[in-house]
Amino acid sequence: MTNLHALVLESFHAERGAKFGPFAGYRMPVQYSLGVKGEHIHTRNAVGLFDVSHMGQLLIEGTGATNALEQLVPAALQEMIPGQIRYSQLTLNNGGILDDLMLTRWDEESWGLVVNGACKHGDIDHLKTYLPADVTMRYFDNHSLIAVQGPKARRILSELIPEAEQLTFMRSTQTSWNGHDIILSCCGYTGEDGYEISIAKQFVRELAEELTQLRETTWVGLGARNSLRLETGLCLYGHDLTTDTTPIEADLSWSIQKRRRTDGGFLGAEIILKQMTDGSPRKRVGIKPEDGKTPLRDHTILKNVAGSVVGEITSGGFGPTLQGPVAMGYVSQNLCELGTELVAEVRGKDLRCAVCDPIFVKQRYVRNLSH
Amino acid sequence: MTVKYTREHEWIRIEGDTATVGITFYAQEQLGDVVFVELPEADTSADQGAEVAVVESVKAASDIYAPVTGTIVESNSELSDRPELVNEDPENDGWFFKMNLSDTSELEDLLDEADYQTFIQEEL
Repeated sequence: MTNLHALVLESFHAERGAKFGPFAGYRMPVQYSLGVKGEHIHTRNAVGLFDVSHMGQLLIEGTGATNALEQLVPAALQEMIPGQIRYSQLTLNNGGILDDLMLTRWDEESWGLVVNGACKHGDIDHLKTYLPADVTMRYFDNHSLIAVQGPKARRILSELIPEAEQLTFMRSTQTSWNGHDIILSCCGYTGEDGYEISIAKQFVRELAEELTQLRETTWVGLGARNSLRLETGLCLYGHDLTTDTTPIEADLSWSIQKRRRTDGGFLGAEIILKQMTDGSPRKRVGIKPEDGKTPLRDHTILKNVAGSVVGEITSGGFGPTLQGPVAMGYVSQNLCELGTELVAEVRGKDLRCAVCDPIFVKQRYVRNLSH
Repeated sequence: MTVKYTREHEWIRIEGDTATVGITFYAQEQLGDVVFVELPEADTSADQGAEVAVVESVKAASDIYAPVTGTIVESNSELSDRPELVNEDPENDGWFFKMNLSDTSELEDLLDEADYQTFIQEEL
């Protein structure tokens, strides 16, 4: 594991029993002493803390920024209000996906972007190529990002950062904590209510220590982050999304708002919008084995009942909340209907399985405050 | 009764010409929470080193090899409903399968407990 970047909190994580693995060019905590299963269940029941500082935090500003960004993502940005977040993708001319990302509008022409760690340098190059000269881009590599996720995250984090209490899903605010500037965003990638906190690196240890002191929190590694997102049907770039996958194939049409569907005007729009009307050759679906037990791993071949190859699993494993196998993958359009019988090739043997909703465990975002 | 170990972190308990096979405490610790075990059918014959079973943890799938040549006579059906037994009691109730040995001389190449402890110390 040489030539990998170390997180600012590496020794902090090591003190908590973290086992590290390489991911996105960083030495990342894969699990802590609680273990993947325990960390997963703790996040679903209480609060999980995640160091996701490998992710890329960018700020794009200047006259024409909004229009320029709209040419690179299929989300409708002009209609967004300050403090609103949208999930989208950086698309390519072939309709494929360079990366998926979160965009936060700060002002008329000011945008915060959070992109995947493994893609951030490629994304920066791509953005530089397409953004006009008047639009500036800053890469906040001097900032860490800590996620606080779980059904008790709202109540517990509010004790530290009162603004958390009123912040609903896909809203963000620039505030301060202990005198340090932070960006508090209500989003995440576990399917649970929760937050991501952006803070300058020199203060992240202070924040991490205070979060650890809060009731019912535990640190969670990439292992459980993966099973949490997989159970709730969220895509992982590089597995479920690639430069050869369109947003339509990935079943992300919901992230393309009405105006963009009509007017297009983003890279790959011709192909993507045509697929939206006419259908795509393949589609992302959930897959479950009929025995209810055998985990289907990434790259497992999927066949139709006649034995022809029709697709493959792109993410799969075991879901500790579901207490069973969870998987998503791509199959031919004519086989994407729920309940369609398929055969997975597992270690040379045929295993009967069926197409299902990729959301195995219901997402529990807080979109409205009921009081 | 003798217990031997393999470099693939399996234990093998020999009673007469029958051997019971499982994975070591160290192995289950490395795997993490076991969520699925695929076991061989009874009456299948296996050569030493053949892949005969699979153990899957929350992290990944790993092969289990026949530590000696022989015939599988029984699998631990309890594991199909309670794979967590591999973590809870790896060297007793969490056994994988039993085999009839074809060639007891193969046992000589396996590690005894002291050798295995040295082996895992070196691996750490």
